[in-house]
Amino acid sequence: MKKDLILCGVGGQGILSIATVIGEAATKAGIFLKQAEVHGMSQRGGDVQSNLRLSTTEIYSDLIPLGKADLIISMEPMEVLRYLPYINKSSWIVTNSKPFVNIPNYPEEEKLFAELDTLPNIKKLDIEEVAKSIMMPKSANMVLLGMAAKYIEIVSVEQLREAIRTVFARKGDAIVEANLKAFEEGMKN
Amino acid sequence: MGHKKYNSFLMEKTLLLGDEAVALGAIYAGLSGVYAYPGTPSTEITEFIQNNPLSKERKIHSRWCTNEKTAMEAALGMSYAGKRALVCMKHVGMNVCADAFVNSAVTGVNGGLVVLAADDPSMHSSQNEQDSRFYGKFAMIPVFEPSNQQEAFDMMSIAFDLSERLKEPVLMRVVTRLAHSRAAVEISDIKPENAFNPSTSRGWVLLPGIAKKQYAALIEKQPEMKAVAENSKFNRFEDGGSSLAVIACGIGYNYVKEAAENYGIKGLKILKISQYPLPEKAVLSLTKDCKKILVVEDGQPVVEEDVKRVVGDKAEVLGRLTGDLPRQGELNPDNVAKALGAKVETEFVQGKNLAARPPQLCQGCGHRDVYGALKEVITKYENARVFGDIGCYTLGALPPFQALASCVDMGASITMAKGAADAGLFPSIAVIGDSTFTHSGMTGLLDAVNEKANITVIISDNLTTGMTGGQDSAGLNKYEAICIGLGVEPEHVRVVVPMPKNMPEITRIIEEEINYNGVSVIIPRRECMQTLKRHKKK
Repeated sequence: MKKDLILCGVGGQGILSIATVIGEAATKAGIFLKQAEVHGMSQRGGDVQSNLRLSTTEIYSDLIPLGKADLIISMEPMEVLRYLPYINKSSWIVTNSKPFVNIPNYPEEEKLFAELDTLPNIKKLDIEEVAKSIMMPKSANMVLLGMAAKYIEIVSVEQLREAIRTVFARKGDAIVEANLKAFEEGMKN
Repeated sequence: MGHKKYNSFLMEKTLLLGDEAVALGAIYAGLSGVYAYPGTPSTEITEFIQNNPLSKERKIHSRWCTNEKTAMEAALGMSYAGKRALVCMKHVGMNVCADAFVNSAVTGVNGGLVVLAADDPSMHSSQNEQDSRFYGKFAMIPVFEPSNQQEAFDMMSIAFDLSERLKEPVLMRVVTRLAHSRAAVEISDIKPENAFNPSTSRGWVLLPGIAKKQYAALIEKQPEMKAVAENSKFNRFEDGGSSLAVIACGIGYNYVKEAAENYGIKGLKILKISQYPLPEKAVLSLTKDCKKILVVEDGQPVVEEDVKRVVGDKAEVLGRLTGDLPRQGELNPDNVAKALGAKVETEFVQGKNLAARPPQLCQGCGHRDVYGALKEVITKYENARVFGDIGCYTLGALPPFQALASCVDMGASITMAKGAADAGLFPSIAVIGDSTFTHSGMTGLLDAVNEKANITVIISDNLTTGMTGGQDSAGLNKYEAICIGLGVEPEHVRVVVPMPKNMPEITRIIEEEINYNGVSVIIPRRECMQTLKRHKKK
């Protein structure tokens, strides 16, 4: 089995934490993994992405080929559109529905959402609103991971929970519980 | 290499960035010191060594250097004393240390010396796409080019051993996609550090008489270097049967394998190359069965040109020079698949309601206030130009500020402003960051002072090397003293705090100093927002 994931958003939104949790789960599960990240200048409020490749057999390229991504996990709705050439008709898209507007020419939201709705398999949710509603505003990215959990398949939901426990352990029990709760909220959607 | 079964995999493995694999590989090879100036995509190597418990236990030197040249020279000094040293930099750093680097091949080394250059094809965070393998050829030393994180780890130890065996420095070249990609790496046993054993050779004194002998010795070592590359386990053949041969260099190999798997391309004769000088015998042997050779290399057509020379008319050589691969930009699984004849089609194109999202200065960043003030002042002068430099503040070239006339290389703001002032430009202004100033700005400032050039230099001091993630800045708390020491008149060294409420004061000072006929330095000083956040958390 092989799963190719594109994690995307805007620099500073926390996509690398999502990658770290999935990476931890994959490492525990003993599967192959390659994860290409963006470091440097683009982290300053620019578009960022990470290619996360998971497989039960050896992986060659650090980058996902065009049309081969199984899942886009996006912290920002417009950013989804940047990576469409990497997906195919059976791929899934799981995205935050709350725009992050830090550019003057951000598209009209109505048109943006109309275009997103033409895509075959897409799930949208205002994850920041959900995170706030459970009093965990900083765990929006774990809400998103919860939404995406069942599409990742190659690692199970329970393995992801375990990975959240491990990754956040050094920050204390309260933070672990907060992130697990956010993850469960995401799972409901 | 067949597919490993996943159940036998891992346990002993660690998930590492390519940069971290290099760093850990060096520690495990018995490293005694890393010398570096931060630069994307190489920064994480030194940071990893700084934070690794083993380096603390072994007291491995890992403090940042002022620039790549001081780093290269200090590493050469450590090698002179018999210890293993690593120098790390981004590709353009090779230009800064080139004098020391090229001559280190002439002096030779004592303790193992590995120079790591992290190239940035596609210029994700750089000003050019130069290929460091040229520098290896130029200096006539061996070059390693790992194809994955495991090789990056494994090669370090082999590179140090080879350096000590040949008594020559060795270059290792990685590219952004390897430097910043994570994969599991199997860790081998750790070696002890070398004993302190200073050299007694006269070969280090490159007076012409000695340099000639040393250079002759370097030339004499070339056949051995070639033989080592011909027999390297990192250079090997795979498969065969088709009439197309592929020379796959470094991470180019991964894209070839990926494309072959995805598009069912069978029988390719692959020569995987991860160690140079080019194994010419192996290259030539490809022409026995194949009349076409595709060279897949990330960066510039270094190998492609050499392969052309080696095979002559025995085979047609395809690659970046023939347009089979793009002349510019990094390799990826798709352009390599196309070069192998695959039809790459996509079901979707990029969305329509999509805008570019360039990086920008952080909210609250002091550089913003500097540009805000500059913009306000310079609109009063018809010919004002602001020469920029390398750092976060280069983003001042983009909207909303669009304030910069240039950004060329580390330190060029001051010297270009001086040259333009020499030609009559007024006002001629330079904007440079604190770390860039100590890296390569100080000498230019001395030139300007010695000629009383009519320039205004703004050292935008955020107390850190910001763009690469907040590393130490070499001149911290010393900037006024440095400028005055170089001869700038103390009354024309002005310090301000870049905040919106101070705008009237800052604009007034900028204007006063523009109107002073000579060298002025204005130092707007406020901590970087990113390091401030981190300090608050602690």
